[in-house]
Amino acid sequence: MLSLKNLSTADRKRPLSNLDADLKSGKIYTILGRTGAGKTELLRAVMGLDDISGGHLELDGQDLAKRPVRKRQMSMVYQQFINYPHLTVLKNVAFPLRRQGLSAEDASGRALVALELVGLAGFEGRMPSELSGGQQQRVAIARAIVKKARILLMDEPLANLDYKLREKLREEFPRLLAQNADGIILYSTTEPAEAMQLGDEMIVMHEGHILAKGPPEEIFEAPSTVEVAKLISDPPVSIVDGKIVGGKLVLGETVLLENADLKLPMDGSVKVGIRPDALSVGGDMPATVVLAEFSGSDTIVHVTFEFGAAVMLVEGIHEFAPDQSIAVSMDTSSLLLFSEYGDNITERRSDG
Amino acid sequence: MSRTYNIIKYICLLTWAAFVVFPFLWALSTSFKDANAVTSGARYIPWVEFEPSLQGWTSLFASGSQGINIVTPFMNSASVTLLASIVSLSLGTLAAYGLSRFSYKAGFIKNADITFFFISQRIMPPIVLAIPFFLMLKELHALDTIFGLVIVYVALLLPIAVWVMTDFFASIPKELDEMAMIDGCTPIGAFFRVVLPNSTAGLVVAGMFCLIFGWNDFFFAFILTFTETQLLPVAIVSLNSSVTPWWSLSAFALISVTPLALIAIFVERFMSRGSLAGAFR
Repeated sequence: MLSLKNLSTADRKRPLSNLDADLKSGKIYTILGRTGAGKTELLRAVMGLDDISGGHLELDGQDLAKRPVRKRQMSMVYQQFINYPHLTVLKNVAFPLRRQGLSAEDASGRALVALELVGLAGFEGRMPSELSGGQQQRVAIARAIVKKARILLMDEPLANLDYKLREKLREEFPRLLAQNADGIILYSTTEPAEAMQLGDEMIVMHEGHILAKGPPEEIFEAPSTVEVAKLISDPPVSIVDGKIVGGKLVLGETVLLENADLKLPMDGSVKVGIRPDALSVGGDMPATVVLAEFSGSDTIVHVTFEFGAAVMLVEGIHEFAPDQSIAVSMDTSSLLLFSEYGDNITERRSDG
Repeated sequence: MSRTYNIIKYICLLTWAAFVVFPFLWALSTSFKDANAVTSGARYIPWVEFEPSLQGWTSLFASGSQGINIVTPFMNSASVTLLASIVSLSLGTLAAYGLSRFSYKAGFIKNADITFFFISQRIMPPIVLAIPFFLMLKELHALDTIFGLVIVYVALLLPIAVWVMTDFFASIPKELDEMAMIDGCTPIGAFFRVVLPNSTAGLVVAGMFCLIFGWNDFFFAFILTFTETQLLPVAIVSLNSSVTPWWSLSAFALISVTPLALIAIFVERFMSRGSLAGAFR
């Protein structure tokens, strides 16, 4: 088990503050956060590439702080495709095994198996510069998994690939990561869908802090704070100001919502989280289109209501003009309620 | 349009090539002339305009009044330049790697100040260093010796090596060294196994600069040697007497320029940065 105890770093760009987490063997932990959230800094601190300024980092109860990088039994895949330019693909993958003291023959044998696994059989004699971006990253992944390290760190490994390659490799990841099934896998990403799909558990980071950790579906269903809610879906959950008046949820001045499933708190101000798929075209709420963009087979429509701005996910490709007036309906059953300070206070009657 | 452009382009290139090649052809032609042919106007074509003579070349391997034996100065120059370049490149590469990868701080002095300190050695006019070097070598009993010259040349060439290699290492992502350490290398192992093999282009450029500056230096070779350890640039000056032997000087010039030209042609293939291309994005 890898334990982060009050872990802090003094990195000038993005210091980490008092991180606590127990990461168990055999699980994939996805770290979700925007660019600059501190994901890379966390991975670098675990790897020993950046110094820890406070707290402890323990692997199976043993302090890692004094252990040099090469003795941490970890491997890493960077966002950039880092391979050794002067070595062939085979020698690249065999490199860590040779450093572990394996004979050239044994190392090459295991490297060939790893290369076959990542779909690069037949490429072993090539130089990294002769490969495409996706193939280069596959070499880096092969080198990371061939070690069967205790901890495998993956820092946005798909970020520099084009959409098609990203999708393809993402589909292959569960099979590839199964090679490290006994280890702890930390996988950082900015994409909520990737974090949900790959992670047994998810860690949500923001500005050097861990905001939430737990099973992805639980975090998705009940984000603990406004910040977490903003991060866990793409397009994001829209947050608007509202108030509870006489047992009814009021958004702005005129829209009143009352839902039998939602337990409303006492009268007062609240923040309301509207999931993008909770809004649909057709209904009685007037809205103005700000911008419409296409994402795959969906249309993402940015609209403004009289109570604030929201993002709406519409299935299929639809044309919307800027400033176009439309009528929208809202499925209030999936609304999220937060206190004025941003803590989740959503309670559903169905929760008991 | 494109044909006219090509014609103009080739005229320009040929003109420039003539400018570059002509001095060498002139020197080559002159080296085969005798006193008569040199002083009797412009003559270029052997056997037609003048009768070729080997006097210029043979005088370089004679001794006494017949000329000067350049074998010893040539070997001295080669030894001093090679030794000083190897030492400078070795120390300079290690220093540059340290400066590009680790942060140093001693009071207000940081990495950039240390790099500037190295480079500033080359900003100083050489004359400022002449007396201190002379006195230092005198104390070390190293005046007029290859050892003394190597010490001085290392001091002069080290800044060049540090400067070129610091810039080069900055272009190699530090993630490459980190990856090597993650894969089981010590920091020094990462340098030798991964960084250095990918630094051929930088090493070649820095090495060429060291060889050129070392080989061509006249000033310190003149001041810090007397008769025992004469270097090539000093020997060429000693050829000059009441009558300038242009034929010998030309042959001498060609001989002194040949090693660098050959090395440049040989290492040119390593100077491409393409070896790093595509390896990291």
